[in-house]
Amino acid sequence: MGKALGLGKAVGPPKIITRSMKTKNGGIIDRGIPDAKNPRRPHQIPPLPDHPHRPRHPPPPRRHPPRAPLPDPSTKSTALQKLTYLSSLHPPIDPSFASFHAIELLPSSPPFKRPSYLFISLTFPSSHDLLLLLPNQLRKDLSSPNHPNASLALQFLASRASSDLARDLTPEIFTLLNSSKPILRRKATSALVGVFTACPDSVRVCFKRLVENLDSSDDAGVLSAAVGVFCELSRTDPASYLPLVPEFYRVFVDAKRNNWVLIKILKIFARLCPIEPRLARRVVEPVCDLMRRTMAKSVLLECIRTVFSSLADYEHAVELAVEKNKELLGCDEDANLRYLGLHALSLLGSERYPAAVMECKETIIKSLSDADPNIRRESLRLVMGMVSEGNLVEISRILVGYASKSDPDFCNEIFGSILSVCARNFYELVVDFDWYVSLLGEIARNVNCRHGEEVERQLVDIGMRVEDSRMELVSVARELLMDPALLGNPLLDRVLSAAAWVSGEYVRFSRNPFELVEALLQPRTDFLPPLVRAVYVQSTFKVLVFCLRSYLLQSERESSGESDLEVGDGELNLVGKKREKRKEIFTYESMKYLLDLVETAFGPLLECSDVEILERTRNVLGLVRVVREIQGQNVENEEGFKEGLKMCEIVEFIDAAFSEELGPVSGSAQERVIVPDGLVLRKDLSILDTILPNEDLSLSESFSLRSNKFKEVGWVSQPQTQNNDEPELPSESTSLLVEHRRRHGLYYLPTECENSVPNDYPPANEPLSLLPGSVDATENDLARLAEQSLVSKKPKQVKPRPVVVKLDGDEVSVSAEKLKKDSRETLLSGVVQDVLLGEERKPESSRKKSSDKSSRRRVKDVLKDGETISELQEHVSDGQRQRSRRHKHRTHKEGSSHRSLSKDDDPHSKHKSGERANCPANLNVQSPVIQDFLL
Amino acid sequence: MIRAVIVMNTQGQPRLTKFYEYQTPEKQHEIIRQVFEVLRNRAENVSNFIQADAICGPDTQLVYKHLATLYFVFAFDSSENELAMLDLIQVFVETLDKCFKNVCELDIVFNFNKMHTVLDEIIFGGQVLETSSEEVMKVVEEIAKLEKSSSAISLVPKYISRR
Repeated sequence: MGKALGLGKAVGPPKIITRSMKTKNGGIIDRGIPDAKNPRRPHQIPPLPDHPHRPRHPPPPRRHPPRAPLPDPSTKSTALQKLTYLSSLHPPIDPSFASFHAIELLPSSPPFKRPSYLFISLTFPSSHDLLLLLPNQLRKDLSSPNHPNASLALQFLASRASSDLARDLTPEIFTLLNSSKPILRRKATSALVGVFTACPDSVRVCFKRLVENLDSSDDAGVLSAAVGVFCELSRTDPASYLPLVPEFYRVFVDAKRNNWVLIKILKIFARLCPIEPRLARRVVEPVCDLMRRTMAKSVLLECIRTVFSSLADYEHAVELAVEKNKELLGCDEDANLRYLGLHALSLLGSERYPAAVMECKETIIKSLSDADPNIRRESLRLVMGMVSEGNLVEISRILVGYASKSDPDFCNEIFGSILSVCARNFYELVVDFDWYVSLLGEIARNVNCRHGEEVERQLVDIGMRVEDSRMELVSVARELLMDPALLGNPLLDRVLSAAAWVSGEYVRFSRNPFELVEALLQPRTDFLPPLVRAVYVQSTFKVLVFCLRSYLLQSERESSGESDLEVGDGELNLVGKKREKRKEIFTYESMKYLLDLVETAFGPLLECSDVEILERTRNVLGLVRVVREIQGQNVENEEGFKEGLKMCEIVEFIDAAFSEELGPVSGSAQERVIVPDGLVLRKDLSILDTILPNEDLSLSESFSLRSNKFKEVGWVSQPQTQNNDEPELPSESTSLLVEHRRRHGLYYLPTECENSVPNDYPPANEPLSLLPGSVDATENDLARLAEQSLVSKKPKQVKPRPVVVKLDGDEVSVSAEKLKKDSRETLLSGVVQDVLLGEERKPESSRKKSSDKSSRRRVKDVLKDGETISELQEHVSDGQRQRSRRHKHRTHKEGSSHRSLSKDDDPHSKHKSGERANCPANLNVQSPVIQDFLL
Repeated sequence: MIRAVIVMNTQGQPRLTKFYEYQTPEKQHEIIRQVFEVLRNRAENVSNFIQADAICGPDTQLVYKHLATLYFVFAFDSSENELAMLDLIQVFVETLDKCFKNVCELDIVFNFNKMHTVLDEIIFGGQVLETSSEEVMKVVEEIAKLEKSSSAISLVPKYISRR
């Protein structure tokens, strides 16, 4: 107790000294350090030391510092400034610990106020807890007589307002919107963007003054700010601002010199014209005029863009804009103008104005080799926009030429756009698939190419969809496989995997299958990742089976004479020309060599740790052993070998399995599988949702595993029984399944995964061979689907375009994703419409009254209004009905207040309103409102 | 609107940053780093615009100006005109030049607060406020005067505070 008292005594004096010094000296020598000569004289102010910042003696050590002395505003402010500097320029510093100190400093005098405002506006998010402490201070500052203070508060509100803050301070902002100081009016107007977004209800209070500021003639800045606000607001929901079109138009006509205002108004017009065709008709001439006479490049650019994007229906305007755009494109010394010119041109789109883009073709092609990456990219986009069936080959040739000359990044951009344009809508532009396939090969061989996956996808996809291209495809694949240099490049693994698959699947189109086997077995394949290697092994298997079968057929034919040829293997007939050559290839020696080669190459793979490779290798080696050993003794001579092969039906079986066509898989294939009775797919998954609301279940893998299992079972056991069993399987064990589902729901397919079965060919999980009878229900379905939806050829081509197989489900898979609008935005536009329509409804005389009233009323009332939005909207629609009855009367009245608009249009008004009566259905709700102003 | 203003030197050290939409300190750091990565790889005499959707969010472009040892970078969306933004950088730099008499990187390092004051009079909450450097200078001087006078009232005489 006593100690505590003593402590209090010891601490007291310096504190008093501090206080007294502060009051007298404004806190400059606040160290809490007594003069060394007169240690403690609480009631007397010590004389100032010679060097107030460096006391001659160190301060006596304090033994029990109860708490750190409160620093004065100056010290605090300096510290805060340091922290602001550090946190803003070395961002990983978290400055939030000082938040409270910053707020403490807000009420102090201007030199300290500014740093603390700077601190909070740089570091506070609009969800900061301490924002609750601000409203009173901000209110004081907003209504302070000197404008820098009010500016600071507005500045903070403009960028960091929370909805509460914005709501609480709306009345102050409303007052400032009418301030006598233009600079405050300007800032208050600009701040409205942030305030409206944070608190849509403030629109009801401030909107009228915002619109009035569009009229302000005394300060150009206020007008500019107001237009800027509307430009910002109209970005999210332009339709709400249609009723203000007359105002915008007047500003546009009046603002002859102010380029900033012109640009913003043009931006607003560009957004409004597509929704309101009558506005487009009105502004097209003024915009053209402006384009002709303006000296400012920025305004010119904005005009060109407005015409290209929103006034493209008016040919003369487009012609003029293209003409002016050429001037921009011709500026050799200014890369900015060339870039922006090209960018604007891409807005026009070559579909609607191919001639306009073609006119600039020279410039565009030249720009492909520009030093500026922006310009190159834009010109590439334009070039790709020009592509058509007729010029695809030509353009691709030019582009690939440019690609080989340019840097890796741009080279890949070129390849990427070629690939995407050609693959668009199932290769609709590609006529000559032989050419395209060899182009794919060329792209893949480019050293810089990073589009391996896309090339892989397309090689396989074309193989499955376009039957006529397979011959060329195999020869391209062969070249890719044979080149040992490609094997070391990890970027090309995917391409090689596709090439290997293609060469295995379509080996019957190959000129020399032995070459393929050699390529597939070359030693450098060790560099490949296991998944690709597995594809290689499987392809070898297919080629091997094909060779054995061909050899067998050939020897059969030889023994039974030439007449048999036509009845022989259909596939061989397809490539009849090669028959002669091939006959020489499949000899006993070559077969023996082949078997030896496979055996030597695959021997080491039996030690492989990757199960996929191991399993497939075993299959191949198993086949080799069967061929060699089943007939044991007489395999060593040619006749014996032949006999053995004939006896051994396995080769025929496997070959038959491989010759089953693999079609493309529709994106919606899974949906078509009939759910067996008693299989509950949805019920348990809803339970799952509650347990694991956000768990991402990637189950496509488990799906393919399951289907593989079914297939393998079908292959090993008797196919017939399996087929019969399958549909019954679930119904027999429904209860078990349901039980299992309940326990291990996690491992089951979620319902929403159903339609997302990938369309790609999965290389590693390639199903093992299927006997024709054992195709399960899914496969049958798919095969039928593929047959059903063949697309007819395009007739006019000289060389007929080959058939590209499409599945009717493919288009469906592109789900139209609805853009979810931010609820706050919709709220905002709702309120804006509300205010605008409500405002229009009121007669002119009552406007003033209501604005006065609203200035007095507090936000509480506003909120009450906000609760009845829906009611209000009902009123609005009622009001519109009434209004249309009063139509004539109003036209007259508005005409007088908007002279600039209506002066030359009176004769048309009847005609226009007649037009409206004819087509009221497709007009917007607001359309009747502008009707009056515009005409 | 204008989303951010970044001034950094050619080594990638930020000298002035202002984000008009709140970004966490980490995100700010990341944006500055990425912007610098893009800028350092650009040659001289190429266009001054960069599509920055990947860096600052969708519908963003950067415009930059390389002056002496500094990059002046503005990030903005489709509500602003590119060439106008380029002009605005010019206005900003001109104002700084008037403010500091031949501005250089050191001025910017040592006058952090003044930089912000100037910038706030040109861009207000992401909206362009004033485009004439004379007007901006007038306001900035007015503010400086006000602060001086109020500090004179409340603080010790100058002969002490200066020492």
